[in-house]
Amino acid sequence: MKLSLTRRYDFAASHRLHAPQLSEQENQRIYGKCNNPYGHGHNYALEVTVTGPVDPATGMIANLGELDPFVERQVLAAFDQKNLNEEVAAFRTAVPTTENVCREIFRRLQSFPAARLERVRIEETSKNSFEIGAEEFA
Amino acid sequence: MIRITRKVEFSASHFYNNPNFSPDENRRIFGKCNNPHGHGHNYTLEVTVAGDPDPNTGMVLDLKELKDILQREVMDRMDHRHLNYEVPELAGKIPTCENIAAVIWQLLEPKITRGKLDRVRLYESPNLFADCTAGSANGAGKGAPNSPRSRA
Repeated sequence: MKLSLTRRYDFAASHRLHAPQLSEQENQRIYGKCNNPYGHGHNYALEVTVTGPVDPATGMIANLGELDPFVERQVLAAFDQKNLNEEVAAFRTAVPTTENVCREIFRRLQSFPAARLERVRIEETSKNSFEIGAEEFA
Repeated sequence: MIRITRKVEFSASHFYNNPNFSPDENRRIFGKCNNPHGHGHNYTLEVTVAGDPDPNTGMVLDLKELKDILQREVMDRMDHRHLNYEVPELAGKIPTCENIAAVIWQLLEPKITRGKLDRVRLYESPNLFADCTAGSANGAGKGAPNSPRSRA
């Protein structure tokens, strides 16, 4: 039997999908509406899953009193109400697709000291979701 | 192999307190959840059973049978109960989402005789859930934290 704990957070951010090594036409063909030079935004939902032993003294894999401020500090403070292309260093070079956002958020959260980060899952809209597990990130 | 999932909802109250901690430690570690009068949640439980459909019925497990098991094992025990005082399986444990999911797994696993219990997912709120799955125990190998735990 294996246990995990998942916490859900929300952030709102804007982005533009544009690869500088491609021509304008190629960018428009590949990214379509998402290539609009002024960008656009989403209400992202972020699910963070951690695993590890349940501490018998607290009954917890991770205390939300530690996980919530960690996610706030590592991710939400940097991503919420921001322009991902302009304000998050990783997306000055990488295109801020939600695949890449998943990877960047996993990178920022993997040092959580109290439990092991198992999965990051992001809903970009209610119709699209993306996830990365510890095995895929490694 | 096919996985089928049945969902039920129950409402229960609880609070977190470890008698080995001082009142100050309990308040620091458990925060609002330490309120001794307790508080409540609408829990949502998703139970997934995996197996091959019976060629005669086309079913992994009759959902009516699963519904009856969930009623007997979970709803009758936990719905409209105080989890600290009225559920013997949780006695001596802090009734966190993790511990409740593990107790539900232990209650259900021996009762699922067609197919195999695959996952117990317990939502305490739309923003918090615990998953219990088959597989290697936490704390060994892949389940171990990647750095020393800092929690008290």
